[in-house]
Amino acid sequence: MEMKISAEIYRQIRQHGEETYPHECCGVLLGKALDRGNEVEVAIRAGNTRTDSAHNRYHIAPQELISIQRQARERSLDIVGFYHSHPDHPARWSSTDFNEAHWLGCSYVITSVETGVASETNSFFLAGTGEDDKQFQDEEILVWSERC
Amino acid sequence: MKIHIPTPLRQFAAKQATVTVEAATVGQALDELTLAHPELKKHLYSEEGKLRAFVNVYLNDEDIRYLSEKENTAVKESDSLSIIPSIAGGSEMATLAEAPALPSLNNDEIARYSRHLILPEVGMEGQQKLKAAKVLCVGTGGLGSPLAFYLAAAGVGTLGLVDFDVVDSSNLQRQIIHSTKDVGRPKLDSAEEKLKALNPHMNIVKYNTMLLSANAMEIFKDFDIVADGTDNFQTRYLVNDACVLSGKPNVYGSIFRFEGQASVFATEHGPCYRCLYPEPPPPGLVPSCAEGGVLGILPGLVGIIQATEVIKLILGVGDPLIGRLLLVDSLGMRFRELKLRKNPDCPVCGTHPTVTALIDYDQFCGIQPAPAAYAPLINGIQQIDVTSYKQQRDAGRDSFLLDVREPHEFKIAEIGGYLIPLGDLQKRVGELDKNREIVVHCKMGGRSQKAAEFLQQAGFKVKNLAGGITAWSEQIDPRIPKY
Repeated sequence: MEMKISAEIYRQIRQHGEETYPHECCGVLLGKALDRGNEVEVAIRAGNTRTDSAHNRYHIAPQELISIQRQARERSLDIVGFYHSHPDHPARWSSTDFNEAHWLGCSYVITSVETGVASETNSFFLAGTGEDDKQFQDEEILVWSERC
Repeated sequence: MKIHIPTPLRQFAAKQATVTVEAATVGQALDELTLAHPELKKHLYSEEGKLRAFVNVYLNDEDIRYLSEKENTAVKESDSLSIIPSIAGGSEMATLAEAPALPSLNNDEIARYSRHLILPEVGMEGQQKLKAAKVLCVGTGGLGSPLAFYLAAAGVGTLGLVDFDVVDSSNLQRQIIHSTKDVGRPKLDSAEEKLKALNPHMNIVKYNTMLLSANAMEIFKDFDIVADGTDNFQTRYLVNDACVLSGKPNVYGSIFRFEGQASVFATEHGPCYRCLYPEPPPPGLVPSCAEGGVLGILPGLVGIIQATEVIKLILGVGDPLIGRLLLVDSLGMRFRELKLRKNPDCPVCGTHPTVTALIDYDQFCGIQPAPAAYAPLINGIQQIDVTSYKQQRDAGRDSFLLDVREPHEFKIAEIGGYLIPLGDLQKRVGELDKNREIVVHCKMGGRSQKAAEFLQQAGFKVKNLAGGITAWSEQIDPRIPKY
């Protein structure tokens, strides 16, 4: 699979991770789910409710998700993925990320933020048909430039 | 009504984003949905038929778990249901390896806990969880007494106790962990002795200190659950914030006169104390138990509700008081429940918290630093200590003693004052003489300070008797009972 995203949105989500450093940032990606992969059209910032250990955990409040989902419907878009940052940790999914991932067919984008600067960004596609066979697959991020 | 299906589940709902069903209740709507799309069932429900922990179902903007009727809530055609799987994760790589093995029980313990062990909801595993659990009781007073007693009896393995006070005879009317012989002894030592006598299998960790912003995080870090048995707003906000910041549930109880409250705050998805009360009341508005009195049995009732909630959280059974405030009215003997919601704008547990470390809670609650022993002026009111007043009285100096306590307090003890309860002062002010100096007193000096401020404003010459009738009993005349 590959995930398509504009350079501007790609920049936004990486910048979000730098802003919240040393805490994790998180947000929702809206767009269209196509056969070849997800196409991201909008990134929406979410508040990380895991104030108890925001440096290595994130959680998006369901109320916030409901309102984001409503925004998506109004724009005829779907939730196609989520992004979060790993402060001073590699841009790989952790066992926590995997256990807490339930949105099959969505892209989970992780940016590593090292001493406050966004370094690597990777995306993982949650494949499978349910909790028993779900798996993260590496997917390519196709960054395209918007034309003025 | 409409049911919104999230992207990942659409493959099991014929690729539809919205499914329309006819139903009278939330439960029926979900049944209709899974009837039409049977494949959805295993994604929404566990094998026991319970909604999966990571699936949230919202009726319009409300989580159905927090609706008072839950699945039985009636729905209209214009309502919509949203199914929202949770979103969470994190870089925490240290795989939460297998949970550490639970401690085993010896034969003495098996005999002791047999009535728990034969309950399938507790059983051997539950009892081992209790033994592994570490619970902190903040305060060993009215609420802390029954709370600590029952947790010890139930087999909670480690109990932390925080208190700095000594047992006073006025405590014994409700603080059942202390006895007559303990008067004058540190509450911690007295409590430890009773708890050890009840259950020698447990560890007791004593913190002989006032809970402060400077030590709360350090004390909390060794515990799984915190039970709040405090009697003042500063400590209550401190306990709440420290629980939110350290990610530990706050099992809350409070009492006043004949009424009590209980809830479970600061769980991962539930509201916290600040979601309910963002700001403390102005100081002095809500009297403490020492000022307002409390029915001795009431902390027993509320403390045991807290103990029950602690045990349920440890065992993971039942419906905890998360998102619900239980109101206990002992005179009417009625229990009511208020629904509480997590406030997304809560300064400590909201989505953009502004309180990210413990603050100065005395300042937050508007508490002035305690006045020095001799403070001639407080808020413009001249203070007079009991010794000086006694001398003045003995010397025959003409001043008028005004007692602003309640008539029932006057019946317990009085020192010859003229009684006008604080609440009646405004309408009875005409009974007072503007040409005579008035010395005002109450039980401890708080209410009389307010009365003095009012009278001075109204043009009277006033002084406040510092320490009130309590100081009089302690320093001048021990025949006056202290209450």
